[in-house]
Amino acid sequence: MPTTREIKRRINSVRNINQVTRALEAVSASAVRKAQNAVLASRPYAQYAHQVLVHVAAQSRGVPLHPLLEVRQDVDMICVLLIAGDRGLAGAYNANAVRRATSFVERYQRPARWVTVGRKGTDLIRRWIAAQKDSETAAPFLKQQEIVAEFSHLPADPDVSDVTQIVQVLFDEFLNQGADEVFVAYTNFINTVTQQPRVLPLLPLRPFEASSRAIADLVETPPEVRLRGRDYLYEPDAVTILDEVIPRFTELQILQAIRESLSSEHSARMVAMRNASESAEALRGLLQLDFNKARQLAITGEILDIIGGVEALKQNDD
Amino acid sequence: MPLEVEVVSRVRQLYHTENADMVLIPGSEGELGVLPNHTPLLTTLAFGELRVVEGDAINSFVVYGGVVDVGPHKVIVLADDAESVSEINMSDVEEARARARRLMEESPAGDQRAMIAQELRRAEIAAKIYQRVGGPSGRRIRTVEEDE
Repeated sequence: MPTTREIKRRINSVRNINQVTRALEAVSASAVRKAQNAVLASRPYAQYAHQVLVHVAAQSRGVPLHPLLEVRQDVDMICVLLIAGDRGLAGAYNANAVRRATSFVERYQRPARWVTVGRKGTDLIRRWIAAQKDSETAAPFLKQQEIVAEFSHLPADPDVSDVTQIVQVLFDEFLNQGADEVFVAYTNFINTVTQQPRVLPLLPLRPFEASSRAIADLVETPPEVRLRGRDYLYEPDAVTILDEVIPRFTELQILQAIRESLSSEHSARMVAMRNASESAEALRGLLQLDFNKARQLAITGEILDIIGGVEALKQNDD
Repeated sequence: MPLEVEVVSRVRQLYHTENADMVLIPGSEGELGVLPNHTPLLTTLAFGELRVVEGDAINSFVVYGGVVDVGPHKVIVLADDAESVSEINMSDVEEARARARRLMEESPAGDQRAMIAQELRRAEIAAKIYQRVGGPSGRRIRTVEEDE
């Protein structure tokens, strides 16, 4: 049986941990509300913007109307944007997002150029890439994974201007660096307790049917959009309007993915910290019980000693 | 078959209906009226008033740029920013206008100038539309028949 002092020390350290987890839980709870409001407010715009993109993409069978709509026959290399968190202590949030992304690449079997958002995600991907390089059994495409850009410390409430750079990198990868397809791996926010890591095709933009063919079971299929006739009118003209609409709406898709991920991260952290607080409290209760027992045992021991002493003195007196 | 109309801005969904008879859109190439079965059209939005005509009612919005996707049965208005005319607070608008004018007189340079000019244009358009429609209380709704 440990001494009361040892138990007391453990109680104190558990209490400290409990205070930290409760503080983190409170911080996340307020962040969650803000992030949730932001994500829900901008979701309709992002969804309709996606619909418009699909309508436009469906126009360009044969000759693409815009470079970002070009569907390439052979996909030799892909680019994956991974959105994860800067910090840990969010349960399985970061690990899940990364696992979803890497398992997608493993099954799609293509060399990937990674663009990462979030320090934790970057670390995990880097470790995964190193493991592939060290492994003797890994397929050749797994040895051709590399991180081409990393971003971190996005503001808590990101705006279009915060994602411009990320989007520039992705466009550059697609247009100039040899990536034939671009995917986004992020965590979809469903509610406080449920978040769903997913991989969405981003570039080239294409109508629903085209994207469903090759990779349907590997990625989340975006909601189906009812296509319209082929003959769109453009005002002022197709080039002007597509140049404006396509990059901007693509940017918004990324921004929305980041907002979804942020909401998910805060929710995951809040739930993880709440669980940790509850475990800490339970542990503290158990330790308190041990402490009481140990204290009682010590007192009993002392009383026995005293009584023993008194008895001994009495015998001496006699 | 009536038109389905969706008005969203970057930060929220402003309006949804499935029973519109006509939408009047401030396109960058001029105002256009959209009736059901319009040919598919994609156009940019100017700053101006967007009107959704639904039976006897006209819902007015002020939109500040954006894109509109017109289909035979559905119109999606994706505004960079937008507000319902009934939400406009005239004193805020006046204040914004005065502030923008004051800043303009300090003759700022480059980007800032463009931003302030944009602000000023916004405030002026909001004020104009508000006055034409008559504000939240005096909104006498014209019907399409009356127009004809």
